[in-house]
Amino acid sequence: MSVELDVFVGNTTIMDEEVYQLWLDGYTVNDAVKVRMEGGVMDECEASKDVLLSDTMDQYRTFQMCERLLHSPAKLANQLLFQIPPHRQIMLIERYYAFDDTFVREVLGKKLSKGTKKDLDDISAKTSVTLKSCRRQFDNFKRVFKVVEELKGPLVENIRQHFLLSDKLARDYAAIVFFANNRFETGKRKLQYLSFQDFAFCAGQLISNWTVGAVDNMVEDMDVDLDKEFLQELKELKILITDKDLLDQHKSLVCTALRGKTKVFIEMEGSFKNLSRGLINIAAKLTNTKDVRDFFIDLVEKFIEPCRSDRWSAADMKLYLTHYTNSAHILDTFK
Amino acid sequence: MPGKLKAKIVAGRHLPVMDRASDLTDAFVEVKFGNTTFKTDVCPKSLNPQWNSEWFKFEVDDEDLQDEPLQITVLDHDTYSANDAIGKVYIDIDPLLYSEAASVISGWFPIYDTIHGIRGEINVIVKVELFNDLNRFRQSSCGVKFFCTTCIPQCYRATLVHGFVEELVVNEDPEYQWIDRIRTPRASNEARQRLISLMSGELQRKIGLKVLEMGGNAVVGYLQCFDLEGESGLVVRAIGTACTLDKLSSGSAPNTNTHMPVFVEDLPSSSGPPTPFRALPTSSSPPPFSPSKPCSRQSSSSDTDLSLTPKTGKNTWPRPSFPFSSLPSPTLHIGEFPFFTLTSFPPGFLLHVGGVVSARSVKLLDRIHNPDEPETRDAWWEEIRQEIKSHARALGCHAVVGYSESTSICEEVCILSASGTAAILNPRYMREGCLDIGCTDHRFEEPSPPNCGFCHIPYDELNMPFPAQLTYCYHCRRQKVPDVLFTTIDLPSEAAVAGKGCLIQARLCRLKKKAQGEANATAISNLLPFMEYELHTQLMNKLKLRSMNALFGLHIQISVGENMLLGLASATGVYLTALPAPGGIQIAGKTPGDLSSEHISSIQKRINDTIAVNKELYQINPPELAEEGVGSPIPEPRHRSRLFRSHSESSDELSELDLSHGKKDAFVLEIDDTDAVEDIHSLLIDAPPPTGFYSCNTENMPGISNWTSGVQMFTSVRVLRLSNANLTNQGLNKIFTDLCENLLKSFYFKLRSMIPCCLCHLNFTVAVPEEELIQVTVTAVAMTYDKEQTQEKTAEKPINKGSLEAEEQLQFPLELCADSSSSNIQTASKISGIINSASVDYGSFADRCSTWLELLRLKAHTIRRGSVKTISSLERCSPLQEGRSRSLRSSRSFGGSSVTVVKMTPLSFLPGTRIIKYLGIINMFFIRETTSLREEGGVSGFLHSFIAEVFAMVRAHVAALGGNAVVSYSMKECVFMENPNKNQAQCLINVSGDAVICISETDQESSASTANTGQTGGSETDGAT
Repeated sequence: MSVELDVFVGNTTIMDEEVYQLWLDGYTVNDAVKVRMEGGVMDECEASKDVLLSDTMDQYRTFQMCERLLHSPAKLANQLLFQIPPHRQIMLIERYYAFDDTFVREVLGKKLSKGTKKDLDDISAKTSVTLKSCRRQFDNFKRVFKVVEELKGPLVENIRQHFLLSDKLARDYAAIVFFANNRFETGKRKLQYLSFQDFAFCAGQLISNWTVGAVDNMVEDMDVDLDKEFLQELKELKILITDKDLLDQHKSLVCTALRGKTKVFIEMEGSFKNLSRGLINIAAKLTNTKDVRDFFIDLVEKFIEPCRSDRWSAADMKLYLTHYTNSAHILDTFK
Repeated sequence: MPGKLKAKIVAGRHLPVMDRASDLTDAFVEVKFGNTTFKTDVCPKSLNPQWNSEWFKFEVDDEDLQDEPLQITVLDHDTYSANDAIGKVYIDIDPLLYSEAASVISGWFPIYDTIHGIRGEINVIVKVELFNDLNRFRQSSCGVKFFCTTCIPQCYRATLVHGFVEELVVNEDPEYQWIDRIRTPRASNEARQRLISLMSGELQRKIGLKVLEMGGNAVVGYLQCFDLEGESGLVVRAIGTACTLDKLSSGSAPNTNTHMPVFVEDLPSSSGPPTPFRALPTSSSPPPFSPSKPCSRQSSSSDTDLSLTPKTGKNTWPRPSFPFSSLPSPTLHIGEFPFFTLTSFPPGFLLHVGGVVSARSVKLLDRIHNPDEPETRDAWWEEIRQEIKSHARALGCHAVVGYSESTSICEEVCILSASGTAAILNPRYMREGCLDIGCTDHRFEEPSPPNCGFCHIPYDELNMPFPAQLTYCYHCRRQKVPDVLFTTIDLPSEAAVAGKGCLIQARLCRLKKKAQGEANATAISNLLPFMEYELHTQLMNKLKLRSMNALFGLHIQISVGENMLLGLASATGVYLTALPAPGGIQIAGKTPGDLSSEHISSIQKRINDTIAVNKELYQINPPELAEEGVGSPIPEPRHRSRLFRSHSESSDELSELDLSHGKKDAFVLEIDDTDAVEDIHSLLIDAPPPTGFYSCNTENMPGISNWTSGVQMFTSVRVLRLSNANLTNQGLNKIFTDLCENLLKSFYFKLRSMIPCCLCHLNFTVAVPEEELIQVTVTAVAMTYDKEQTQEKTAEKPINKGSLEAEEQLQFPLELCADSSSSNIQTASKISGIINSASVDYGSFADRCSTWLELLRLKAHTIRRGSVKTISSLERCSPLQEGRSRSLRSSRSFGGSSVTVVKMTPLSFLPGTRIIKYLGIINMFFIRETTSLREEGGVSGFLHSFIAEVFAMVRAHVAALGGNAVVSYSMKECVFMENPNKNQAQCLINVSGDAVICISETDQESSASTANTGQTGGSETDGAT
């Protein structure tokens, strides 16, 4: 005796958020049932394991049928197959596009290609995010990437409108797309201490300051590609380290401003030339794609690590950079 | 040529990719009606094509309008090979043919393919222009309204109930025609869908004609069924109750009744119907137009109006002569079967209820040799109806209410079943000649108290049709009542009950030897009485166990399979305070010392405990009565039956079985063997619903009426494979019972977020699709209620509520003319037809409204004149107006706008709302087939998506009609066949319901108050009111 067929269809589609999360997390039906049993749902309605299994199967089927629609969330609102209240639709979309920071950290800056997809099982093993969930997240990145690639207008806004995501999530996706497009290297051991949110912050800054869109807001790929002209112009900064006078002038200006304001002043003064060289060299090389990819690793190696070994605090760093920039503006050359 | 049908194809969206190379589709549309076809241009390379076609016009007969669906086919253009079909949409245009229903069909329809399911959507606008004047129009059956609802629909008033109408049409099943061997499954499915659509259209038209002949204008409780007889053909049959309905309001004012419609009190009962037969053919001459058409040549119908007087048999009542024998024949054949498919009635309509009457008959199907003369099928039903009628007579009743018919088919054997509740109706509401009222007994002269009258026995105490234990009514102490009452109707709203009701089910499996033909039929008909007996015993015991004394909504289904019979009886148990309290159940050994007395006493204890727990659970605390010496003879418990049944293999053999246990004391259950022990255990197995849940299978839940707005309709299907071939009856029973119980448990679990809630109208259907399969299909609705107020006595609530609302409405003078509470309704409604009756500013509605409100608002703006926004009732009904604004809306709606929410419920009402308009009947038939079962997620995945698709298509059609809800929804048929080895499956689903516009009651109030303030602005209507 076995249940051959078992379905339950509501006029308003019934979805349990807990089961949805289990499905998204890639649990198999049986594992999901176990988790639910441990969670104590059974006591709520005198349910048995069979009831739980049947319910879980129903919901999993529903989610699978919905998945196609979730791939283009705008469809979810005007499809006719499922009657889902609007607030539930928002929940479904938001959760479907949510991702694990540990997972995204692994693929950040990698090409969203088939090759990367093949490595997902390794990533899954490493991050202990299920392979199924990894695939979903990876496909989400890829899908968003593909769609916004061909669109004009601001990146975050495009993502938000096309995928009906919250502002926060749309910004995160913008970061992912930006990193994938520029193929920034983030996987090196030296960069491991940085979280996804750290990179996302950088991405936000780069997008608003360094991309084509920062200047002109109606071009293709405006927020995805770095502004070539700008990068070219960065080369002109070299004068700050090649011209001895200028370098000294810059240093004295910065040091004057910093004196007495930090505990590590001596170290700052001592390493000024090195640090400035490091920064300017990184900036000057950015016209080269290869060097763009190494942007973060270079920054860490050439700038952050020396500072850290001198025990700078975050406030020190901020102070230093502020004055470094401001002082440069005072120099005659940049007036 | 009375009509012009116009269709416009606006756009498509979400189309599937038909050209792999370009990932795009070159779509165009064929629009077909009858034999005329139009095509749109090809919209190249788009998955969201905008055709914006011209209006395609079809000039057609109204007969075709009624029978034919509009068929829209979306295709992919292919230059080099044949065009590929993407899918189809069938639109039933019947709702456009009544003046009061929808005036335009406009909206997004899912494009459906029988192999691939839904493939995108198409936006279509359909209109009908009828050329003929109203008078001419009424001569055809176009104007007759159909309702699935089994009570008088809200916002209507029945001036007359004419009686029973029935019809059946037969045809060859395309699936079994020779041509099916060479055509594709898709072509075959589409042929079937189209044929059934045609046949139901034809059936409806023919029933409509009968209604017109009777002088009615509507069919209420319309029940249409398909019999898939396989080789021998396809039968579509329908029954219903013909009525003359009056719209309660002019459309602007809301209905004053929420649950129960008002029947006119002062209807002239002796002076004949107010609607005279005009220009009716005096004999059963053919209808004014020819019934045969090219497309339906094979089908035809016949009446069962044999003018035989029914055999008298053991009637306790003398058969009176028809008082109207001089009238044209149409009235006579109504009198032939005084049956009513309605299950709930206005207060005072139902005088007395006798009990359940049912009849079954086993038939051998043979090929329908001549589809033009489906006489055999008609004769079969005729027999059964006669039987029901004679049973009702035996119970001293002149009518059968809550009447329904069903079949179960396995190979060539068919069980026909009919059941209903014998009753005596108030003759005041009846069209004369409709019922045999000649012999009104003096007993009925004195008015019975409303809350117990229907319980009083209708039959003669001295000449009882079966042994019964009578006591004086616990309410009025004047009339006799039985100790238990079984009925197929809903609990009358005026009935006094104690506590809450609950779903009671009896389940039974019986193995049967495989056999062929005659032998098989004999075997089945031999088994039937035993099954009925056992089901009845189970019901009775379970009723006692819950300490209740009456069953409502009783439905007994017996389903036949190759090697077994399944019986499932469902009903809602309730404690009627007019009836005596049920006694307990006693357990006894066959002989003293037979089994250890300890064992017996432990079972006895369990039973007593269960009864006590149930009393608590269902809050059954009947009012304690002062025991008067005369009035209350202590009921001597005796099990006896109120169920009359019979079965016949070849119809002439009519056996009637007394289901009582003879002289034996019935509440004593004897344990004489292990089977009996099993039986008792199975009695106790039914788990009560978890806290916060109640369940019933009727329209109203006894004891709960304060519904809140949460509504969740659902359908669930479960199929069980019996792997063990050597099963016993007992084992099977256990499996079947567990199956039903587990389903209920699943529902409770899934719907736990709705607590406190009640599962209403739980409708179980069982089938044996294959030898080792048992299929159970359930459709029900979960509704939330307010727990705080449940303690209130709710018995008289509906009536009070109605009158209270009527009073409320009177506060708004503009609605006075539409109010129906007084006897001057005739004049009032006339006035409302002429004057501009409302000045409701729909523009000031809050934005919570659904699309139809937006539409009204839109209209309100377009019609706004000066500072006063006045909408005349005439303008509001104008189809053009509505069409224009809707098309405006739909053209805008592409893209961002979301889909109209359409609620569905198997009940006749939606809590917290009132229905302001019935838009027409929804009756849809779909076939889905797959040859890639595994890829679609196996059988469950396949059926899950199909049911979801069916819901989606129903919702889309309702939304296109301008509606926002379906009431009285039911899934009549869900036939599932699979062949996992071939990776194939097929499923047929038939659903029906009434499309309505309903608005929330709070919205109504706000609109009324805005209307009131608007009035001070000084519109013309001030003077009128």
